[in-house]
Amino acid sequence: MTVYIIRRILQLIPVLLGVTVLVFLLMHLTPGNPAQLMAGENAPPEMVAQIENRLGLNDPLPVQYFDYVVGVVQGDLGTSMRYNTPVIDEVAPRFWVTIELALYATVLSIFLGLIAGIISAVRQYSVADVSIMIVALFGLSMPNFWLGLMLMQWFSINLGWFPPTGWGSPEQILLPVITLGTAGAAIIARMTRSSMLEVISQDYIRTARAKGVKERIIIYKHALKNALIPVVTVVGLQFGALLAGAVLTEEVFAINGMGRLLVDSIMNRDFPVVQACILIISVVFVVVNLLVDISYKFLNKRIDLND
Amino acid sequence: MSQKKELLKINNLKQYFPIKGGVLGRTVNNVKAVDDVSFTIYEGETVSVVGESGCGKSTTGRAILRLDDPTDGTIEFDGTDLLSLNKKEMRKMRKDLQIIFQDPYASLNPRMTVRQTLNEAMEIQSAVPRDERNDRIAELMETVGLQPHQADRFPHEFSGGQRQRIGIARALSVNPKLIVCDEAVSALDVSIQAQVLNLLKKFQNEWNLTYLFIAHDLGVVRHISDRIIVMYLGKIVEIGDTKSIFENPQHPYTKALLSAIPVPDPEKKTERIFLQGDVPSPIDPPTGCRFHTRCPFATDKCAEEVPELRNEDYMTDGHAAACHYIKAIESGEHQPTRETSKVRDV
Amino acid sequence: MSDEKILEVKDLRTSFFIEGNEIKAVDGVTFDVPKGKTLGIVGESGSGKSISALSILQLIDSPGEIVGGEINFKGQNLLDYSEAQMRKVRGNQISMIFQEPMTSLNPVYTIGQQIREALKIHRGLDKKDGTEKSIELLELVGIPSPRKRVTQYPFELSGGMRQRVMIAMALACNPELLIADEPTTALDVTIQAQILELIKELQDEMGMSVVMITHDLGVVAETCDYVAVMYCGKVVEYADVKTLFKNPRHPYTVGLLNSLPRSDVDQEELIPIEGTVPAPHEMPDGCRFAPRCPFATDLCHSELPNLDDVGEGEQVRCWIYTDEWDGDPEVKVYEPEKRTSED
Repeated sequence: MTVYIIRRILQLIPVLLGVTVLVFLLMHLTPGNPAQLMAGENAPPEMVAQIENRLGLNDPLPVQYFDYVVGVVQGDLGTSMRYNTPVIDEVAPRFWVTIELALYATVLSIFLGLIAGIISAVRQYSVADVSIMIVALFGLSMPNFWLGLMLMQWFSINLGWFPPTGWGSPEQILLPVITLGTAGAAIIARMTRSSMLEVISQDYIRTARAKGVKERIIIYKHALKNALIPVVTVVGLQFGALLAGAVLTEEVFAINGMGRLLVDSIMNRDFPVVQACILIISVVFVVVNLLVDISYKFLNKRIDLND
Repeated sequence: MSQKKELLKINNLKQYFPIKGGVLGRTVNNVKAVDDVSFTIYEGETVSVVGESGCGKSTTGRAILRLDDPTDGTIEFDGTDLLSLNKKEMRKMRKDLQIIFQDPYASLNPRMTVRQTLNEAMEIQSAVPRDERNDRIAELMETVGLQPHQADRFPHEFSGGQRQRIGIARALSVNPKLIVCDEAVSALDVSIQAQVLNLLKKFQNEWNLTYLFIAHDLGVVRHISDRIIVMYLGKIVEIGDTKSIFENPQHPYTKALLSAIPVPDPEKKTERIFLQGDVPSPIDPPTGCRFHTRCPFATDKCAEEVPELRNEDYMTDGHAAACHYIKAIESGEHQPTRETSKVRDV
Repeated sequence: MSDEKILEVKDLRTSFFIEGNEIKAVDGVTFDVPKGKTLGIVGESGSGKSISALSILQLIDSPGEIVGGEINFKGQNLLDYSEAQMRKVRGNQISMIFQEPMTSLNPVYTIGQQIREALKIHRGLDKKDGTEKSIELLELVGIPSPRKRVTQYPFELSGGMRQRVMIAMALACNPELLIADEPTTALDVTIQAQILELIKELQDEMGMSVVMITHDLGVVAETCDYVAVMYCGKVVEYADVKTLFKNPRHPYTVGLLNSLPRSDVDQEELIPIEGTVPAPHEMPDGCRFAPRCPFATDLCHSELPNLDDVGEGEQVRCWIYTDEWDGDPEVKVYEPEKRTSED
């Protein structure tokens, strides 16, 4: 177990290095000079050159990259070119907002998705099953910014039940979380359904029935634990998709999260902030997937993690 | 025996499958599926390899066709060393070397009609000129007991027994010399199994085919084989002609195996030798004789010395068993070291 | 026939409804199991033997359904029972073990948890007592170091060991009837011998009755007292085991024996049954076996024979043994000398 975790963490290093290389190159190869941007459009060339020099923008790319990575390892994500403040101060508060949003949305999608999926599987081809699958298909096909706008239109503007924007109070949280969690709930519901259906036809379910176990216990004890194994994978992947979806959701509901910060920074060519955002999102994604893999161990005793 | 032509000669065949592990994913150990196996098959005979799961019988069959690349040893087929051939030469060689698998459905392309399947086999091996192929397909279908017009159907339209016949037709389509039958009749119901077995025997008589028959059903093996090889944990424990193996088994494992078969005759008294426990793992097989952990006759010597295949004077020619004590057991001089046998009451 | 019957199945019908078609997997099956004895139900794939067994415990999943008949267990028709009443029977008075030990245990629970479950449901044992009893049961079925095994997961055990666990689980509540559905088909022959011996020993010890479903005539000969031979959803012959092997009457039973390659004697040749089992949707009108039967007459092709008594406790479903028989009156269905050259 420990060997496995250590090996997985070691494997993270090249992945993360790769991410930094990609982000770094992408930002430097896009047109537009950040020094010019910082100095202002009409600034004299000497001033631009001075800024370039200070930021090390004249150094060869590998040197710039090396400096960057060394900084990151020491916890220094650089200085925002736009606000002239340490990037970490810009990113940190917004990071927690986004994580909160994504976590709530994940909890919502797991909760709804599991219940809907189990009902669907247990009552295969019933009215409930067909309705759930139709709703799930809608949930899956709807772009979340559109869903967000519709929810806002109905519940905030027409009915006035919820505030249309912002983040913090329970009323403010509900609509964005539904917006972001719906697609995930739909995917999890479909996955749970098919996984449950497969498990229910397994030999060991018949064994449990032959023992005289009640149908309800067969579903929740014998079938669900096995059916969850593929569902957990989906939840892990879904969390990544949620981070991406958060960008749009935050825009729609004007939430000051990392998604908005990322979009703003790209607009402003604020390299260090963009790099920091992408790096953090990548780390979160990779760590979540590691947690998913480890949680297999608790669900499925057959996976020998040392192999 | 000596004037017979050697068709397949296997020397010191080893097939190890590596197990990866540790932080760096290095090979930490090997599954010794086949460990130093040698035997010869003569033209026109049927040799069966028997044994329980994990004994290496299927791996041996796969190695002969180079479906896996053996770790060590030589496989000489009709005078050619198969392991020295490159891929292209090996493909050519497969014209003479065919295999029939246990699950005919899995080994037939579901999107190809039987005609396409047979055509493809002949095409790859260029065994039959193009203009003769349709006649040949009709002939093959009839030979294996199917209607020629059924050739335009897809595998799913046939029953299990019929699909196995198609598998046989495909193997026969290229006029092979040797057919490896890997559990070829194991999945079939007994009434259909008998049809297929009779068919295989008929072809052997007509075309002087050679079969390497891999099976766990000893009734089938007794019926079809000229000679039998008994394997246990990657090694040959006994080899001999069918009559000697069934009527005068020498190795304690062969005896236990034969005694374990339920006999379809409720009035027959049989002495059953019950083996303790399960077959050990082929990853770290027992030292010395691999059977010593379960053998009723085992001694300290068995745990230390690897027994060679030996033929004692009272045994028939070509009958050999890998046990230190065959002669002593036969004469009653060496008695069981643990209690394992039991007479079934009727 | 004076023995007490623990189970009497009468005219059992189980069908599968697929795309509006009724597939009669079990089509009027009748047999009984004398108390303390073993009944073998033998047949090839598609004969309905496993569906019959699952029907006894009403473990048939949709789209399958028991559509008629009686299953009398100690005089009570189980088909009149509610689902809740059936649950009290399953795993308690009647237990079942299955063909695939590798997949019949739940992979995510320990051996102990799985054995304990039945004890909790039917005996109300708590975790501590349940564990102790589980260890006892594992010892009973010959599993070494049972105290360690109860905490292990199924993947840590070999196929033979898992089948022993299945048996321990089935025996947890001292059932009066054990249904074994091809219990050794997936196992190697030396392991098969161990498991069959175990079932026999436990049967003698606990006095239970057994229904042994198998396709292997060797297993039948070794373990059963009575045999029902099934073909295409019907019982074609029922007899005690010695009679069945010495004097088989139905041409299908004879065909099975003739096509069986034997390990204990030399055979000149196998005499296969010609043709194949008819597909479920093209069942012949008359005797199901008529298209493959070497003795079939017009009568056989047009009308289905009944399962009639032909002797003390022997029944056969064949026109040859009736007064209506219109073929050769001297017909010899079974000629043992044709089969073996030695013996």
